[in-house]
Amino acid sequence: MYAQLVDTGLKKVAEASEMSADERAFQARVDADVKIEPKDWMPEAYRRTLVRQIQQHAHSEIVGMLPEGNWLTRAPSLKRKAILMAKIQDEGGHGLYLYSAAETLGVSRDDLVDDLHAGKVKYSSIFNYPTLNWADIGTIGWLVDGAAIMNQIPLCRCSYGPYARAMVRICKEESFHQRQGFDIMISMCNGTREQKAMAQDALDRWWWPSLMMFGPPDETSVHSAQSMRWKIKLVSNDELRQKFIDETVKQAEFIGLTVPDPQLKWNEARGHYDIGPIDWNEFFEVIKGNGPCNRDRVRTRKRAYDEGAWVREAAMAHAAKKAARQHAQAA
Amino acid sequence: MSHEWPLWEIFIRSQHGLSHRHVGSLHAADAEMAICNARDVYTRRNEGVSIWAVRAADIAASAPGDKHPLFDPANSKIYRHPTFYDLPPEVGHM
Repeated sequence: MYAQLVDTGLKKVAEASEMSADERAFQARVDADVKIEPKDWMPEAYRRTLVRQIQQHAHSEIVGMLPEGNWLTRAPSLKRKAILMAKIQDEGGHGLYLYSAAETLGVSRDDLVDDLHAGKVKYSSIFNYPTLNWADIGTIGWLVDGAAIMNQIPLCRCSYGPYARAMVRICKEESFHQRQGFDIMISMCNGTREQKAMAQDALDRWWWPSLMMFGPPDETSVHSAQSMRWKIKLVSNDELRQKFIDETVKQAEFIGLTVPDPQLKWNEARGHYDIGPIDWNEFFEVIKGNGPCNRDRVRTRKRAYDEGAWVREAAMAHAAKKAARQHAQAA
Repeated sequence: MSHEWPLWEIFIRSQHGLSHRHVGSLHAADAEMAICNARDVYTRRNEGVSIWAVRAADIAASAPGDKHPLFDPANSKIYRHPTFYDLPPEVGHM
């Protein structure tokens, strides 16, 4: 998902008998759905895992602005341009909500940004793919934001208060993102033959990477099991992926597009769609840094940050000067 | 060298007649910038009619460990709630 393969740093899920009194009390609160707040006692592994997860999530929002920004100056109409601008601004806002949530766990914003630039912390694999035609913008809203919503709605109930509250705000705004994307797809599918072909081309390229967003099957993962006990992960990757497929296939049919999977078939007995195999090698390659745009994305973020350094420093110097002047006047 | 802007807590009054409510935090060099940033980050959809920005470092907070001494004494004072009192039905609504 926006946070993929989050490592808990643990070798096995902690049993109640191995926990300290503090840890047992903590787990009891989580089990009782009491929210954990910044100043409450928490196991160090919980804190570290959350920092990693929220940070990945925040970076994904910020890096996710780049593939869409690619089309801002070339949006087909003023209406589409204004909508895209509002959507990208929302993504920036979502990144900020999440960075703030991570900072309540005792890390600084500068450290978080440094980790991204140094490649120590990942962002979602999906943002390492290029946006080649205008229909890609529609497809990102429809599929990528659609997948994000599916993952984020359960997280509104996660155990850490600041993260859950950020998720509530984000989910409220996210549904506009998905709808504007599908709206672009409807327009293109109702347009000329060439426009419909662009829509199909975009779906062909984004379908499998969107399914990979949910991450590899994690039913046997120690990290997922521990994160689920801590209630910072609420639903397994495969379950979310299935839900996404079942909803999206019908939407693709509605606009007359073909999902690029010859093995896709409704399974009456399961009440779900069956799909062909996912190429997890591609996923791990992208995660490792070998996707089509990995280097470009990090380089662009780093350049924006470095070139903005003088603005950040000047703003602080100006604030200090103003405060000193006020102080002198008051004296 | 780090020049990280200080952290501000943001409170928004959603409509006239309601009190300001904490919505989140952000970084800004000074109060004026904190309010500008709060407008962009927290009121993109008419969420507010007024913004308060308070330096996070200036907020005093009770410690989680003080929860019991601070709040437990209220538990035993059930006579502070109207439901403690049984009124004769003849009295009607009070």
